[in-house]
Amino acid sequence: MKLATKDLLRLATIGSVDDGKSTLIGRLLVDTRQLFDDQLDAVAAASEKRGIGDLDLSFVTDGLRAEREQGITIDVAYRYATTPTRKFIIADCPGHVQYTRNMATGASTADLVLVALDVASGLKEQTRRHLCIAALLGVRSVIVAVNKMDTVAWSELAFQRVIDQIETLSRELGFTSMLAIPVSALLGDNVVVNSTNTPWYVGPSLLEALEASEAGSWVTAQGARLPIQWVLRQSGGGRTYAGMVSGEAFHVGDRVTLLPANIETTVKAINFGGEPRLEATVGLAADLDLADETDAGRGDLIATAPLPTVTKEFEATICWFGEKPLSVNGQRLRLKHTTRSTPVRIDAIKGLIDIGSLAINDASSLATNEIGLATLTTADALVVDDYREDRVTGSFVLIDEVSNATVAAGMVGHASFL
Amino acid sequence: MTTTLHTPHATDHLDVLESHALFILREVAAECERPVLLFSGGKDSAVLLRLAAKAFAPQQLPFPVLHIDTGQNFAEVLKFRDRAVEAVGARLLVAKVQDTIDQGKVADPGPLGSRNRLQTVTLLDAISTNSFDAAFGGARRDEDKARAKERVLSFRDAFGQWDPRQQRPELWQIYQGKVNPGEHVRAFPLSDWTELDVWQYIAREQMDLPSIYFAHERDVVMRDGMWLAVGEFVEPRAGEDVVRKMVRFRTVGDANCTGAVISNATTLHAIIDEVAIAHVSERGATRGDDKFSETAMEDRKREGYF
Repeated sequence: MKLATKDLLRLATIGSVDDGKSTLIGRLLVDTRQLFDDQLDAVAAASEKRGIGDLDLSFVTDGLRAEREQGITIDVAYRYATTPTRKFIIADCPGHVQYTRNMATGASTADLVLVALDVASGLKEQTRRHLCIAALLGVRSVIVAVNKMDTVAWSELAFQRVIDQIETLSRELGFTSMLAIPVSALLGDNVVVNSTNTPWYVGPSLLEALEASEAGSWVTAQGARLPIQWVLRQSGGGRTYAGMVSGEAFHVGDRVTLLPANIETTVKAINFGGEPRLEATVGLAADLDLADETDAGRGDLIATAPLPTVTKEFEATICWFGEKPLSVNGQRLRLKHTTRSTPVRIDAIKGLIDIGSLAINDASSLATNEIGLATLTTADALVVDDYREDRVTGSFVLIDEVSNATVAAGMVGHASFL
Repeated sequence: MTTTLHTPHATDHLDVLESHALFILREVAAECERPVLLFSGGKDSAVLLRLAAKAFAPQQLPFPVLHIDTGQNFAEVLKFRDRAVEAVGARLLVAKVQDTIDQGKVADPGPLGSRNRLQTVTLLDAISTNSFDAAFGGARRDEDKARAKERVLSFRDAFGQWDPRQQRPELWQIYQGKVNPGEHVRAFPLSDWTELDVWQYIAREQMDLPSIYFAHERDVVMRDGMWLAVGEFVEPRAGEDVVRKMVRFRTVGDANCTGAVISNATTLHAIIDEVAIAHVSERGATRGDDKFSETAMEDRKREGYF
């Protein structure tokens, strides 16, 4: 059967609490008819039950009982939308500072962030924090929905004042694409249809901007990478190495190096789901057959040149989510990087990032939701790239050895704006 | 099956979703000691089983398949269960809600009463008895507003409970399923799939499914706004007219709480067209179990439901 081919764009909404992220997503989904009648009825019924008007659009994504009672977003909601050429995965992230870990969860896989900003209150510290985290996570494209334009009588001057603030920050954080749109999420202006209330605005509506934005804009990678997840035994006695490809594609015949053992060999064959392929493109959960016998296993990595670094000591940017502060000689931690887990030690906290000035200040610990730089030593060697070259081989999480909770997001190296 | 080599289009959304699911299946199988795949015989778990077979091909599945049997199944679905599991050479475990009732752990709702909520006890018992530390499920985030909030790897405490306020951060595609004894994770490889994605994938892979997904003639009664199939588990009540209609099922749950939809879609192509223009969500159209309250799914999930 012939099926329409769509690409996939992952976007995350960010910004401060009460600037209208959830309402904006609700409006986008309602006006593009992505919601079913019964879902819309349920939102209307829930709104009425709480005495807050006909239709509280934030209830489209704020689905938990506590969220509806308090009128806030606690955790990421994932919603889906399709247009004739594109599937959207929308992560509606919470704005409160204590839920920063959930915002980072939503933004870590995003191609693009959509910032909701209240035009009357401008750029708040929490919005700066979210933009800073998005930039650290490597997001390159930003769409700014300057929201609640109806509360400032659609003033171009008010819009421009906010734009000036955010353009400066956007330049500092190194976003390559920044587009600002004056909207009213509550009334729908410039969300799906261009508004007659903003004749001075000639740009696209939010929907048009989302459809035109580039998917998968993460293309600075050099070299193909396959962290081995699983060794598959083939009928006939051989073994293939299964994992998801990152960086660049592998091809049959490629010269590759198995790391950290540093054994050079050749890709003899490529399979996917038991079927042969000539190429393993980025994002494919493929398995590779290598020409030479190796004792490769889970946690090892197959790479083409330029090769990643094999190391036990490195500097990283850390977003700390633990309840107790992160410090040298603190809690026992494990690190998970690609498919390898290893005990890890914090050697030094090298600094704490000031969200306001983007300066790095001296610090000996990181409190909950703080971002800083640290040097780490692992028990087992890791095969790493700088995060800005490969989002997969440059990222890791820290895990509390006692509770098994994920307590930090880590990125090898540091962003150029720091 | 063709043997020609083909180059995948890495940007096609079904390829991206498929590879992501394979990656999750392998990560959990590698990190957890005793995973299990929950299989209901519905389309989502059929896709999940297919993906699991692909993730480990040409080896067999490195985990068993578990069916929580309410005893109120459609016969066509049980037949499909057995042939699907046999086709991939998996080991099938069946945990029966009837046994949980016989052990006195839950009250017997009677021969026609809903056993939907009782399944949770049977499921948690099976997880605990077998010391499973990970359970794959076919749940999708587009199904319900509580599911929309859940992580791909969802932590459950020693009582099997989900705490939506204390979910583990889940960064990038680094999935960590480490738990202490007695705790477990639910893993949802289809998290980012929509109903339409599932049907498009089934068509692309030319998958086998229970026949009740396709339009057929059946005796039905209208009850609580849903067409219920008259049979062993649904007897017409006074005042209800039994009518013969062309119907199909959009979801497969218990025979006494899963509604049929009026449909002429007898082929995958026709089903995809129907799903693409549907005005009512699949659970809204067909599931009595979600209609109790605004947060029915959240409440059941907190208790340890699928």
